[in-house]
Amino acid sequence: MERLSLNDSPANAQQRNSQQFSQQNTLGPAGQMQPTSGPPQLPPQMFTTAAQLLDLTDKKLVLVLRDGRKLIGVLRSWDQFANLVLQDTIERIYAGKVYADVPRGIFLVRGENVLLLGEVDLDREDDIPTTVTKAPFEEVFELKKQEDNQRKSGDKKRHTELSALGFEPEHSGEILF
Amino acid sequence: MLFFSFFKTLTNQTVTIELKNDIRIRGILKSVDQYLNIKLDDVEVLDLAQYPHLSSVKNMFIRGSVVRYVMLPRSEVDVGLLEDATRREAANQAGKAR
Repeated sequence: MERLSLNDSPANAQQRNSQQFSQQNTLGPAGQMQPTSGPPQLPPQMFTTAAQLLDLTDKKLVLVLRDGRKLIGVLRSWDQFANLVLQDTIERIYAGKVYADVPRGIFLVRGENVLLLGEVDLDREDDIPTTVTKAPFEEVFELKKQEDNQRKSGDKKRHTELSALGFEPEHSGEILF
Repeated sequence: MLFFSFFKTLTNQTVTIELKNDIRIRGILKSVDQYLNIKLDDVEVLDLAQYPHLSSVKNMFIRGSVVRYVMLPRSEVDVGLLEDATRREAANQAGKAR
């Protein structure tokens, strides 16, 4: 982010960043999309991955991974690819109407596996929906294994039927939860 | 870069995002970056009962690569202007390629 700070005024930043500014204006001369009387445009350095993750740093987050895992921890570090470091992480396993927490520790997650990253509202954190109840880990794990197997065989069946008809599997074979 | 610029003009609008795993999330678009990663504020997960892990989330960062659709407020999109911009961008690209 060079020597820019988030507090720079847009004009300042655009002068220093004239290249970015010209890209920003690909929508038309003098930015027709924005009414000139509208709200002041945010400086371009606000629109980077780094800026988006900056204000999530040191917050308690729920991270959903591509394989369906839900991790809850404190975001300590990150980079432009959304590779993340989480501290004091617990994994929350959901199955049917029950869930269980497993303490895990520190996680370094490669960015491509990130689905979404949500900031936990600490005031509402304990208001867990009444549709799910906490249960012993072994019980949840067993149930989850059953669910996973069921889904896997369902997916496989759908996949073979679709490819028999000449269709590519959804997400080009990539598994997403 | 066109859609990056386009999404930037939609900041502070309420949008609904559908992810490739079928979760639909409505929220105020706060920020977008070059990979079309999206930050949403005041999020509301449609069909929350299915996704209890998102019940206490107030704002979120969504990785651009997992977005299937972004549903936009019709009134905020100038389709004509967007078409023009698309043509201009295509012309630019063609110019560069030559």
